[in-house]
Amino acid sequence: MSAPAADVAGPATFAFSDENLVRAKTIIAKYPEGRQASAVIPLLDIAQRQCGNWLPCAAMDHVSEMLGMPRIRVYEVATFYTMFNLKPVGEHFVQICTTTPCWLRGSDEIVAACERKLGIHLGETTADGRFTVIEVECLGACVNAPMMQVGDDYYEDLTAERTEAILDALVRGERPAPGSQTGRRTSMPAPGPTTLLDRAETAGIAPKTGR
Amino acid sequence: MLRDEDRIFTNLYGWESPFLEAARTRGDWDGTKDLIALGRDAIITMVKDSGLRGRGGAGFATGLKWSFMPKERPPGRPAYLVVNADEGEPGTCKDRDIMRHDPHKLVEGCVIAGFAMNVTAVYIYIRGEFYHEASNVQRAIDEAYDAGLVGKNACGSGFDIDIYLHRGAGAYICGEETALIESLEGKKGQPRNKPPFPAQAGLYSCPTTVNNVETIAVVPTILRRGASWFAGLGRPKNSGTKVFCISGHVNNPCNVEEEMGIPLKEIIEKHAGGVRGGWDNLLAVIPGGSSTPMLPRGICDTVLMDFDSLREVRSGLGTAAIIVMDKSTDLVKAIARLARFYAHESCGQCTPCREGTGWMMRMMDRMARGDARVEEIDMLLDVSKEIEGHTICAHGDAAAWPIQGLFRHFRPEVEKRLIGYRTQKLAAE
Repeated sequence: MSAPAADVAGPATFAFSDENLVRAKTIIAKYPEGRQASAVIPLLDIAQRQCGNWLPCAAMDHVSEMLGMPRIRVYEVATFYTMFNLKPVGEHFVQICTTTPCWLRGSDEIVAACERKLGIHLGETTADGRFTVIEVECLGACVNAPMMQVGDDYYEDLTAERTEAILDALVRGERPAPGSQTGRRTSMPAPGPTTLLDRAETAGIAPKTGR
Repeated sequence: MLRDEDRIFTNLYGWESPFLEAARTRGDWDGTKDLIALGRDAIITMVKDSGLRGRGGAGFATGLKWSFMPKERPPGRPAYLVVNADEGEPGTCKDRDIMRHDPHKLVEGCVIAGFAMNVTAVYIYIRGEFYHEASNVQRAIDEAYDAGLVGKNACGSGFDIDIYLHRGAGAYICGEETALIESLEGKKGQPRNKPPFPAQAGLYSCPTTVNNVETIAVVPTILRRGASWFAGLGRPKNSGTKVFCISGHVNNPCNVEEEMGIPLKEIIEKHAGGVRGGWDNLLAVIPGGSSTPMLPRGICDTVLMDFDSLREVRSGLGTAAIIVMDKSTDLVKAIARLARFYAHESCGQCTPCREGTGWMMRMMDRMARGDARVEEIDMLLDVSKEIEGHTICAHGDAAAWPIQGLFRHFRPEVEKRLIGYRTQKLAAE
């Protein structure tokens, strides 16, 4: 939740691109007639993506007109949900989970690594506008802690070193492979599976070799 | 230990493709039409007999919940199944694996459960941050439509059902079923008073059942293998299999499907490679996601992982998210961080929760530093009791329980810290 920034002047007008208009109409059609307000969150999401990952007032107003909702109802939604950015953020929006399961696995070091590497503190954007770093609550990848989200991608099983390498790659314009950064398979025990051993063999997954 | 042939989620780790062709080889969509042909009453009876209890945290009997939906529906009056995929309880990441690696189990479960409750449509409400997981679920839904498994005359059963995916936008409270419904209607996610319960007036004021992802995803397998198979796993009233998430100070954090009632020590040692530094290095475990009170080592030695066993030790199975803390852990700080989580996620609707969670957070931050009087512990516990049970939803309770759990088992340690801080401060003066 964040309050709209009164000092940030967004564009005076907003309209969905042709492609996004098609998307918006598909989404509105998911809900019964007269219930199109249900589409407000997905439409704000599309609008935010079109605006470079933040929601100017003009975009919210456009959504309110499209859905026949009073503007205040749309603003209420936009300010309630944490994924809506009411002021501009960096090109790479880095969200570090610091809730207890990630904290137990060293999320403090991930925060420190980002701050050191980018020269900014939590909640700030680099002067060149390329990175914003914030701390967030549980992102639901706790057995792969610590982790951070960049854009739509989860980077898991992080170390300070690996975090810096990811940031370096982003600076170079690359998209580092998301998921576990230690090479382990998703949420499986790192040394190898302890269950479904026949299936593991068929799938070419090495069984647990002891630790 | 659960035998591999009794595991439901055989693609939990994503070794195989999540999509239709591979899902069929795993047994999904096999004879779904025949399962539907069993009829509504027979399906609900089977789910009741299986002993399945909701996998989202509260553990309510699923078949009983389904039976609250009106049997007859006037023409033109819709009814809904809403799948709660807003997974966000700290420690929990099981539904994520089901949705990204085995989404057809969920989609098939939606068809069968939707038929059993005679709903017109299903909405799957997934947390917004799960972007790639949502893509996989959407693709599974699209495949199922194309194959005639969902939509008009689903699976050739004569039953029409639509399934829609709806992405949220970041709010823990939307995991509460009535907040989720509000959010799905396009509003702030603020819980509703009950009654009316969703089965009478839920989504768009129509009869609605809200079920967790895992609850719905296990239903097809239960019907195929029989209620007695599922009921035969685990212990009475605590039956079946469960996906556990083991995080924190273990050697190999992981998700794993196990039998309900498995000893906590066994699941940690067999699947997670044991506690970092060995079992003797264990300090405490939060057994079922952040809302459940922590357990000290002594209880962890023997406790079983199911609803009733954990209730007996004044905690709960919750979402079966096991958060392990070894002796290096500053427990006060760990709980203070959870207090911050609950304060951040309070929807602000009820005063005891809105004000109380922030107050408890500030108090816990002081306790973590040691900067509090011993008498303030009782004040904190008193206030936690004033929050618990005095709010529309369980968020206030969930914020109070971890703090109560800390002092129930570790009060002398916290008192020692407070006295130590005070002594040092006096000496410095």
